[in-house]
Amino acid sequence: MSALGLLRRAALLLAVPALLVAAWWLLTAGSTDFFWPPLSQILGAFDDTWFHGRFTRDVLPSVGRLLAGYLLALVIGVGLGTAIGSVRTLRALLEPVLEFFRAIPPPVLVPILMLFAGIGTGMKILVIVSGCVWPVLLNTVEGVRALDEVLGDTARCYRMRPHSRYVHLVLRGASPQIAAGARQALSIGIILMVISEMFAAGDGVGFTIVQFQRGFAIPQMWTGIILLGLIGVVLSLLFQLVESWALRWYTGLRGSEREG
Amino acid sequence: MTAAPAGTAGTALLDVRHVRKVYEGAGRSVEAVRDLTFGVAAGEFACIVGPSGAGKTTLLKCVAGLLGCTGGEVVLEGARVTGPPPGMAVVFQEYGRSLFPWMTVRQNVELPLKERRVPKARRRELVDEALDAVGLGEARHAHPWQLSGGMQQRVAIARAVAYEPHVLLMDEPFAAVDAQTRADLEDLVRDLWKRLGVTVLFVTHDIDESVYLGQRVIVLSNSPTVVLEEVAVDLPAERDQLATRSDPRFAELRARVYKLVQQAKSGHRPGTGDA
Ligand SMILES: Nc1ncnc2c1ncn2[C@@H]1O[C@H](COP(=O)(O)OP(=O)(O)OP(=O)(O)O)[C@@H](O)[C@H]1O
Ligand SMILES: [Mg+2]
Repeated sequence: MSALGLLRRAALLLAVPALLVAAWWLLTAGSTDFFWPPLSQILGAFDDTWFHGRFTRDVLPSVGRLLAGYLLALVIGVGLGTAIGSVRTLRALLEPVLEFFRAIPPPVLVPILMLFAGIGTGMKILVIVSGCVWPVLLNTVEGVRALDEVLGDTARCYRMRPHSRYVHLVLRGASPQIAAGARQALSIGIILMVISEMFAAGDGVGFTIVQFQRGFAIPQMWTGIILLGLIGVVLSLLFQLVESWALRWYTGLRGSEREG
Repeated sequence: MTAAPAGTAGTALLDVRHVRKVYEGAGRSVEAVRDLTFGVAAGEFACIVGPSGAGKTTLLKCVAGLLGCTGGEVVLEGARVTGPPPGMAVVFQEYGRSLFPWMTVRQNVELPLKERRVPKARRRELVDEALDAVGLGEARHAHPWQLSGGMQQRVAIARAVAYEPHVLLMDEPFAAVDAQTRADLEDLVRDLWKRLGVTVLFVTHDIDESVYLGQRVIVLSNSPTVVLEEVAVDLPAERDQLATRSDPRFAELRARVYKLVQQAKSGHRPGTGDA
């Protein structure tokens, strides 16, 4: 790609965010509304609020719990999903139950989970897992079920061993759907990270935002919200990086199908 | 037991005995294959022709151990087939879908060898040889979806060949390629067969192809399927697209098989007199 092309892409990518920030800046400039402080004031408070102790005290624990819960949900979702997707009777047995659990909004589980998992780190991770696992699980089941039976026959006929069948056929074949589920799970995970910290916590971004709000530290509260947005953007960029690497073949395949 | 089983010649590598297959669907059962019996000798090239829907694919899957027979049995190298046996390679009718799209051509061909735990150096040799044989040496790092249909077909053939099977099953492998590629692939398969001494069971609905390729053509009736007749192809072993196809004997055999397939389509069955 030429330098000019790169520049064009960057401009396209950043145009709308830049406009929004500019609008926010202009609309709140000189604002005296207590709840809508000028953006300049919010940004001015950003560094002081987050990068003098709170980053390691609140941000890292939050992100750590998020990643722990998210990865755990991936492992459980993919593990169970491939099992359920491969065994027809298991699928018939479990599918209605799974749909039921998926339909429960995860935040309502927080008070229940608090009852028997306490209010520590374990509970927060559990909350994240309990919300993230469903899209991964259901999409994995779908992906495994949609595996081409000709590929399955090929694997049998060339006597692929169970382990390599699992890795090279089942996981790879279902990976586009697994990635779709994982993407949904990521945004659910961020929401649950914040919510789990709002009920009972001693640290974390969500906890800190609530503290600011209760203490009427409005600019600081706004910095927290911006920080959450930034965390979301960074994680989603990382996700896209991994996804586009793992699914290169799928992008190519789709492209060739469109042409052909 | 010291005596060879009566009825069979005892030299057959592959024995299909009274195979019957009924698909049980929701409230509906389809008798795809009624009663098929034939043998294929070691190193033989046998073709199976029959009308569309005659159960050719079904038969092949039973032979490959991918489907259980409802009745009868398939015996390969003296052992009853209950699952995919070692030393058997299959080229599927839907060859494009039989390649792993997340692997390169090379990885696709190599995978079965890895599963067989062939040492790395030997693996490389076999893969390169097979890809060169089908003229795909240049495309080894491409993914299947970057190739044309005919090239994908050749990858599937290369994978089967590199596996060094004793038995090679092919299900209408050239149905979707153009005439020129088809002729090339036919010669390629004949070549490989002669060079490797593999036993080939080749399914096709193309009468010319069956006579051109095979040493014997097994004609199936329409569904529910039995063997209508077997035609021995007594053409010279050396076949050539132009010379063989203009051989008067080729025309005779072709006409014979053609008539049988016509009969099969109109519902004629063996032992029921005239067509
Ligand atoms: N999985 C299945 N379930 C139910 N019926 C099936 C199934 N597969 C095939 N059949 C039926 O069995 C019969 C034989 O099908 P088969 O695919 O073996 O025919 P074929 O000779 O290979 O046809 P073609 O030349 O079109 O490939 C058909 O009537 C078909 O509808
Ligand atoms: Mg078929």
